[in-house]
Amino acid sequence: MPNALRPTMALALAGASLAGLLAATAPAEAGKIFVTNERDHNMTVLDSESLKVLATVKTGRRPRGLIASPDNKLIYVCASDDNRVEVYDPNDYKLIKTLPSGPDPELFVLHPSGNPLYIANEDDALVTIVDTQSGQVLGEIPVGVEPEGMGISPDGKVLVNTSETTSMAHFIDTSTKQIVENVLVDTRPRVAQFTPDGKFTWVSAEVGGTVSIIENAKHEVVKKLNFEIPGVNAEAIQPVGIRISKDGSTAFVALGPANRVAVVDVKTFEVKKYLLVGQRVWQMAFSPDEKTLYTTNGNSNDVSIIDVESMKVTKSVAVGRGPWGVVAVP
Amino acid sequence: MEFAFGVLRQFPPDPPWWNNIVTIPPADDGIAGADLGVTDNNTTGRFLKQDFKLVARELVPHGEDPMPAFQKILDSGAKFILLAVPPDQLVKMADAAKGKDVILFNAGDTDDSLRGKDCRANVLHTAPSRAMLTDALAQYLVSKRWGSWLLLTGRTDADRLYAEAVKRSAKKFGGKIVDERVWNFGPDARESGNDIIPVFTQGKSYDVIVLADELGEFGPLIGYRSWDPRPTVGTSGLTPTTWSVTVTGWGAEQIQNRFARQAKRGMRALDFQMWLAMRTVGEAAARTRTNDVAKLREFIFGPTFELAGFKGGSFSYRPWDNQLRQPIVLTSAEALVAAAPQEGFLHQVNPLDTIGFDKPESQCKFPAQ
Repeated sequence: MPNALRPTMALALAGASLAGLLAATAPAEAGKIFVTNERDHNMTVLDSESLKVLATVKTGRRPRGLIASPDNKLIYVCASDDNRVEVYDPNDYKLIKTLPSGPDPELFVLHPSGNPLYIANEDDALVTIVDTQSGQVLGEIPVGVEPEGMGISPDGKVLVNTSETTSMAHFIDTSTKQIVENVLVDTRPRVAQFTPDGKFTWVSAEVGGTVSIIENAKHEVVKKLNFEIPGVNAEAIQPVGIRISKDGSTAFVALGPANRVAVVDVKTFEVKKYLLVGQRVWQMAFSPDEKTLYTTNGNSNDVSIIDVESMKVTKSVAVGRGPWGVVAVP
Repeated sequence: MEFAFGVLRQFPPDPPWWNNIVTIPPADDGIAGADLGVTDNNTTGRFLKQDFKLVARELVPHGEDPMPAFQKILDSGAKFILLAVPPDQLVKMADAAKGKDVILFNAGDTDDSLRGKDCRANVLHTAPSRAMLTDALAQYLVSKRWGSWLLLTGRTDADRLYAEAVKRSAKKFGGKIVDERVWNFGPDARESGNDIIPVFTQGKSYDVIVLADELGEFGPLIGYRSWDPRPTVGTSGLTPTTWSVTVTGWGAEQIQNRFARQAKRGMRALDFQMWLAMRTVGEAAARTRTNDVAKLREFIFGPTFELAGFKGGSFSYRPWDNQLRQPIVLTSAEALVAAAPQEGFLHQVNPLDTIGFDKPESQCKFPAQ
């Protein structure tokens, strides 16, 4: 009986791949993917359809954090060793202006309205607030040792900064610019990410090997995610980047030298799958339609392309040396 | 909530030709690392209302009795005491502090016996043992298939102990020592080195020259002067250590910058080991929110203690000999070469326990607590 079924199966499969081909060739607005290359001091621009390199843009020294404005008309880059934030035009890749950042900016986050910019100054235990229009420094907030991760609530009222050596998530009221609570998490927290409903903050701990999920109303860790991968040493599991889908259903956690991205069910906290990507996977970004996820792989100098629906890694694309930040715009 | 620290460093003997201002080690070697540890702990501490203070700092010249200085630190009320002293003095201090409510940190001495038959329950070691250093070196040499070594040993007791550690590591990882030679050409061979060293190193075939010369009396002179062109490793050349200015991966650039800004120089191994001792208490204090020495101790040896130290992964203390587990870097003066444990050296519990004395081989016996 199984044999009899085969031809139909084959036909169905052929049909599916044909449909896939058609979809791929259908006219689509190709977007762009920007990747900062920490060790090449430049930024690679990829075409989101062809995945070809459109341009390599020289930036300030040691570019790391990378974000787009809410209207996708500006690209912000942390030039860590030049102590400034650079603002680029995503169309012609020209440097529009630079913003003061405080010393050694690593990661930053924009207010949901597009202004101001909150920057973690890793060498100086500060979060610097900068007006993106005027370039004025609006304030500095003292935080723990080696501030890094920056997350902001969907309504822009709460900012969360993580400090690596202090091992805390600092909850900051954006209107008063004061710390309201410090939540101890596991060792070396790297990234903070709000859930789309604004109720929880996910914080990755690189050395601790966990993700702490903090209930924002109570400032309490309500759940700690652990990761176990057969054949991979526990020491190699070092969570860094976190992305949560807009519908609040699925989270992706980059696991550093474990060379994998964990796919986590946000409701049940169950790890559904580990996706094998490049070496030392670092940060991640969704495509604007969230059908694709891009990862920067710091040691293999490439970007892995993940198909979100099928949870499969479809391709890897070579970029510069030490790819760090990534953002995709339509 | 207060955390009172003391730090005591006895200067090591000056190597023979360190009579010039450029090569002499900085006077604040180690102490500057303790200072940065206090700064880092307080940056965290201000969120938890914890206050870390260095209430006593004592520097003792080489050859003098450090015990009065140690007593001064005890009298100052310091609960956590960071030490860089010779091994016999360390044992005396541990015994003098027995039954007192203090934790001692051995941040400076590498003597294996302090982790073995002379171990003390009230001393935690952030300094590596010689066995850790030579195991790290051996792992690298073996993985390079540079398996046959010429061992050159200096005149001091410390050199002989380093040589013993090299031999143990050779046996453990399958290196072969083709010959051991003892340097007794006097302390300063800078002038005569070109005549002596080729002869001193000829007559056998080997891959590398392993130097056991902790003071650097002759080791730095061997490279480029040997009969056959062979690299030097050990106490000179490619050196195993806990820290160097060459460590910049694993986020280390941050602490290197922070240290350089505060101390106006590069961070050295002793600075790092002092910093680790400070951070051990800082980390335990943040997690337990107590300054009770017994509770801190319990946490430090508990399953959730993790110390981040900019070399990847987390560090913890071996309960059988109080030695901090940490990767050992292999570096030249200018560039980092490798870090141990090397890939492929497996361990049933923690790969960091492939370097140094593992539980079954430890001779340390703590009294039941």
